Amino acid sequence: MAIATIGAAARQNRQRNPRPRNRLLEDERWLAFTLLMPTAILLGLFIAYPFFKGVMLSLSSSRVGIEGDFVGLANFAKIWNDSIFRTAVWNTFWYTAVTTVFKLGFGLWLALLLNRHFKGKAYIRAAILLPFIIPTVLSTFAWKWMFDPTFSVINWALFKVGLISARINWLGDPDLAMASIIVVNVWRAVPFFAISLLAGLQTISPELQEAAAIDGARPWQRFWYVTWPLLLPVTMVVVLFSVIQTFADFQLVYVMTGGGPANATHLFATYAYQIGIGTGLLSEGAAISLAMFPFLLLIVVVQLLYIRRVETR
Amino acid sequence: MIEGAAWRRWVFFYIPLTLFVFVLLFPFYWMLITTFRPDGELYQPWNSPRYQPFWTSNPTLDHIKYLFAETLFSAWLWNTMFIATISTAISLFCGVLAGYALSRLNFPFAGSLGTGIFVTYLVPQTLLFIPLADIIRNFKLGDTPWSLVLTYPTFLIPFCTWLMMGYFKSVPKELEECARIDGASRLQAMLYIIIPVAVPGILSAGIFAFTLSWNEFIYALVFLSSPEQKTVPVGVTSELIRGDVFFWGPLMAAALLGSIPVAMVYSFFVEHYVAGLTGSVKG
Repeated sequence: MAIATIGAAARQNRQRNPRPRNRLLEDERWLAFTLLMPTAILLGLFIAYPFFKGVMLSLSSSRVGIEGDFVGLANFAKIWNDSIFRTAVWNTFWYTAVTTVFKLGFGLWLALLLNRHFKGKAYIRAAILLPFIIPTVLSTFAWKWMFDPTFSVINWALFKVGLISARINWLGDPDLAMASIIVVNVWRAVPFFAISLLAGLQTISPELQEAAAIDGARPWQRFWYVTWPLLLPVTMVVVLFSVIQTFADFQLVYVMTGGGPANATHLFATYAYQIGIGTGLLSEGAAISLAMFPFLLLIVVVQLLYIRRVETR
Repeated sequence: MIEGAAWRRWVFFYIPLTLFVFVLLFPFYWMLITTFRPDGELYQPWNSPRYQPFWTSNPTLDHIKYLFAETLFSAWLWNTMFIATISTAISLFCGVLAGYALSRLNFPFAGSLGTGIFVTYLVPQTLLFIPLADIIRNFKLGDTPWSLVLTYPTFLIPFCTWLMMGYFKSVPKELEECARIDGASRLQAMLYIIIPVAVPGILSAGIFAFTLSWNEFIYALVFLSSPEQKTVPVGVTSELIRGDVFFWGPLMAAALLGSIPVAMVYSFFVEHYVAGLTGSVKG
């Protein structure tokens, strides 16, 4: 629409005298300003403004339908003394750390397997990305059904193999519930790690491997001294992206346990939802959400510094 | 690639790869088989002798029929499709223009604006959903698809811009200069020369954005309240569970059918999707 009118105006430009607007668009600064305008409006309205509003909200005593007064840091003091919040903080760090280690390990392994030539490679590669593209909520329901205490196919399989003799209530026990959530998160992200790392692996020249092999390096040494250092930049970026996503995760826990049993598996986001939307304590919920911010900021700063260092090298 | 005996190839390659494929795809098989399983078979405890995990002898379409007859599933599908398509279109429009400006034009603060967009790319939806819900209410957008059509671009535009910057940078400057010498204005050079060359990038960004908006959950959960307005992920979570009772047959049928549109888009454009995915993590 807008683009068509500008385009039409630009076409007329050749026949008639240039209009002032077109002369403005010839200027690089004005053109850049115009092109960035739609993005700036949307991001300003729905990122910058909510952020500002979130900070104000977290410093007030608003509830649903009640404006509330300025209360300073009272909400933050309150959540600091809240044992469920402390559990949620601990869970979030534990969840992020454990899943990242497994995602990286399995993802790298799968990437190395896919980096070989074999029949049907394109199909295998397309198929294994499915967990990553299918909406998380929908695939998580499939897992929840597989973890169902009474009808669990996992219990059936473990029983048949002889590993268990009685049923395991996967989502009813706090530790097992956390472990189940970790399994599903790893399952969903391994394809992302594998495909991204595979793209990194494919930029490494096979001649380097061959040269190392001629020099007598064992396969393990070739990986550790040749492949891994060259793959490190891609790995860093993938890990940092994944850490942010995992740290701020919501849907997986919401579907699998809803934060239960007995609030044992909450993360920042699910607890913020329960307090802010579930019970309507808007300002306290906003404070819980914003408590993520310092950690996210730290990760982003690390990422920016790292990218800059790689670029200037 | 693997030297040595055949058993080594099995141990280090075929067996691990098969296990990976099996574990990664099994939940989808489980969705499929549950969809077509009659309730009598579905609710057999795992330790019952009649538990028949991998096959069904009486396939049925009951769950799918229930989904379309008794629930608003078709409305959810349509809503999700509508929201994903429009928000992807908005994001592509903004992202292509912004990507061009940031990668091709010289202007003050170009570098810091680029960094700013990269940072918003990393802002998770869970950080802002509570104040944003308030804003949506104030704008009178609550419980309408527009609340999502306008907010999804906040995480799609940064991604599209980032990807398009990479594509535009790879187009040689000479191409544009030639057009300029032939008398094209800056805008014409962008519209008729540079953007057509970047079509593969636009396609990648579009497909990736589409799958991201299909997947989005928390904004849809918080901004939409009436059942007929919901998207597939939210509708499935809130309407197919009554208290503690899970309707597993229809739930799995909904999960399966709700995945098909994304899976189709993905399967047609696998290469573009992978290009978008790997492009998004290249700093």
